[in-house]
Amino acid sequence: MYTSQMKELIKKVEETRPMRLGVDFPRITTEEGQDLLKKFHPDFIEEGFRELQVGVNKGDRVPRELADLLEARSMIEHIELDLSEIVCDVDVLIIGGGGAGAAAALMAQEQGADVALVTKLRFGDANTMMAQGGIQAADKTNDSPAIHYLDVMGGGHFANIPELVYALVNDAPKIIKWLEDIGIMFDKEEDGTMITFHGGGTSRRRMHSARDYTGVEIMRTLRDETINKGIKILEYCPAVELLLDEEGKAAGAILYNLETEEYLVARAKTVILSTGGSGRLHFQGFPTTNHYGATADGLVMGYRAGARMAFMDAIQYHPTGVAYPSEILGMLVTEKFRGLGAKLVNINGKQFVYHLETRDLQSAAIIRECSERKLGIATPTGTVGIWLDSPLIDLIHGEGTIEKRFPAIIRQFKRFGLDIRREPILIYPTLHYQNGGLLLDDNGRTNIENLYVAGENSGGVHGRNRLMGNSLLDILVFGCRTGSHAAQKCQEVKLKKLTLNHVHNYHCQLENNGIDTGGRISPLLLPNYTHREVPEMQTFCGSSKDFGQNGMYLA
Amino acid sequence: MPQESLIDIYIMGKKYAVPESLTIMRAMEFAGYQLKRGCGCRTGICGACATVYRIAGDHEFKVGLACQIRVESGMHLAQIPFYPPLKGIYNIDNLPPSASSIKAYYPEIYRCIGCNSCTKVCPQNINVKQYIAYARKGDIAGCAFESFDCIMCGLCAYRCPAQIAQYNVGILARRLFGKYLLPRDLQLQQRVDEIQGGKYETELQRLMKLDIQELNNHYYSRDIEA
Repeated sequence: MYTSQMKELIKKVEETRPMRLGVDFPRITTEEGQDLLKKFHPDFIEEGFRELQVGVNKGDRVPRELADLLEARSMIEHIELDLSEIVCDVDVLIIGGGGAGAAAALMAQEQGADVALVTKLRFGDANTMMAQGGIQAADKTNDSPAIHYLDVMGGGHFANIPELVYALVNDAPKIIKWLEDIGIMFDKEEDGTMITFHGGGTSRRRMHSARDYTGVEIMRTLRDETINKGIKILEYCPAVELLLDEEGKAAGAILYNLETEEYLVARAKTVILSTGGSGRLHFQGFPTTNHYGATADGLVMGYRAGARMAFMDAIQYHPTGVAYPSEILGMLVTEKFRGLGAKLVNINGKQFVYHLETRDLQSAAIIRECSERKLGIATPTGTVGIWLDSPLIDLIHGEGTIEKRFPAIIRQFKRFGLDIRREPILIYPTLHYQNGGLLLDDNGRTNIENLYVAGENSGGVHGRNRLMGNSLLDILVFGCRTGSHAAQKCQEVKLKKLTLNHVHNYHCQLENNGIDTGGRISPLLLPNYTHREVPEMQTFCGSSKDFGQNGMYLA
Repeated sequence: MPQESLIDIYIMGKKYAVPESLTIMRAMEFAGYQLKRGCGCRTGICGACATVYRIAGDHEFKVGLACQIRVESGMHLAQIPFYPPLKGIYNIDNLPPSASSIKAYYPEIYRCIGCNSCTKVCPQNINVKQYIAYARKGDIAGCAFESFDCIMCGLCAYRCPAQIAQYNVGILARRLFGKYLLPRDLQLQQRVDEIQGGKYETELQRLMKLDIQELNNHYYSRDIEA
């Protein structure tokens, strides 16, 4: 329930609503955009970052919380391991059971490889499951892969790697077709025509969806298919360190059975890292939309083995995370709301930014509205937010549209007594996505031979800012490409002796550079929310200093 | 912030004082549990945290998603153990969208006694009994739409006296519907063919070679569909 004060403020939103109908706020120019980002986007808050002191990206700027995990000691440093005692011996080892891992597993097996997929939690417990809005593909007559290409490059501030964007946009229609073939229930017209929407930064309506369950629908179906194909799946069994062979090529991983706390040796001819993102590191104290398991494990393992990262200083804050009620603080409110015309308004009921700007610009504009301009709406729990005028959607598209398009979110709010069909949603930017990750080529290869990467733990496709609907696309395009290539590569790989020398060497580098790791051990695997103090709500208004001392990022 | 009032709850029989504003999941963490199982998206969409509880003095077992339910004074909490339902192993490419396909893998749906326990426990408020009825009749579309909001948390199967794993029936129906009964998008197929035929290759290659300034000009002058 909104408080009476908030209800009073909602009247202003209702008053001004008719004026927003059919009127577009001016778009931000390139120069305005650069200035806005520099002043208000969290990526430009210097104290949120530091330079890495070891490894292939030495000197590069990354979020502090990630630097702490990269400059930490291995979990297995003091564990006695017999690397000749191999428990899992396969052609392709896939680490991570989200959408990218599942797609890679299916494609690798189709190429005839013996595949094992190991995952930290349940198979399918992943950010894929939480993607509500949709998946892009240029399949309409007024659209083309070239138009999609331009949107992706502009969205990423032209820093994206062209070959990767080419792969993304060119494979997109084929991926949608594949999803049709395995039985995804896309939103369609009666004759089968896909119903598509805009997202921030799209110049054509190319967002395909399955109501607001798009990620759920894709993940549960991929999981079902992977099980049907008889692929080996090990749940609650994360990898904690990569294994290399004597020549420094990837050759397996050390797995950790979360139940028995045993370490296991897995050998493979090729290894695919698909462990997902890092939102649960709560960069700069932000709440996150991410899954419990999003703790950057793949980055840590890959980096220790010498794999290069790219764009890890570019973090995506989703403009519309829940600011109220606190039980679902930080939860994603899909961009599809804005795709269907919902606009952002301040405490006076005034719009202050074009509703289809890219996510980074949109987030910076919201932070500016709440901090410098002080036109945010305060909540009883001390947070501040901006109205997302959701009822506008029914006004534009007809009564019942919200109900039809957003059944999941309606239910998520209804549990707390809020009706988003009638009342606007209070939102604030929330930590959503790592734009960067381990650098890949168009077949998913890293700079370490036989080590592949796919999905959110990879970097390069999206440049400095990803567009909505390109993440589900990314995990499937590169999951498939990587799975196929890693399976083919197996045929020429000769098995050699396994080593963990790279871990030892990494520890030496830490020591030689005089780094105090302060007892830190990585990968993190599970976030630590076991704080006994009564949690306090952070005031997350664009300054990092008040953030997250005591675990109150939870949702 | 004022100090929040604490209430007593019981986790695996032990008493803990926790703030009353917390969800079951956050209360368990507050009590010192670092969750390995039964924790996923934390926003009620992934189905990982199905849980069972009881309020002191009441005989009734209640169920729900741990990330979505607030704690109450005297709540007795446990985590549901790993639940291993039977899942049919099928080849979706060779399975007609009919009652017989579902019957072949889940014959137990005919043992449903209509007790409605499944519907009553569903945290998504799905009419589970109804979609199983649709499945029995071979109404694949009905089963697919009625079960669409399923997050596969497993609570229906947990309470079913006929030991049906309803959520596995649901996904089979949805896949059959999506693959065989939902009409295909013909324009999509055409676009796939065009790309394979190289129709967009020249334009893409040209864009890939542009420098940032030229790309920037193209980007900001592109027309945007209304």
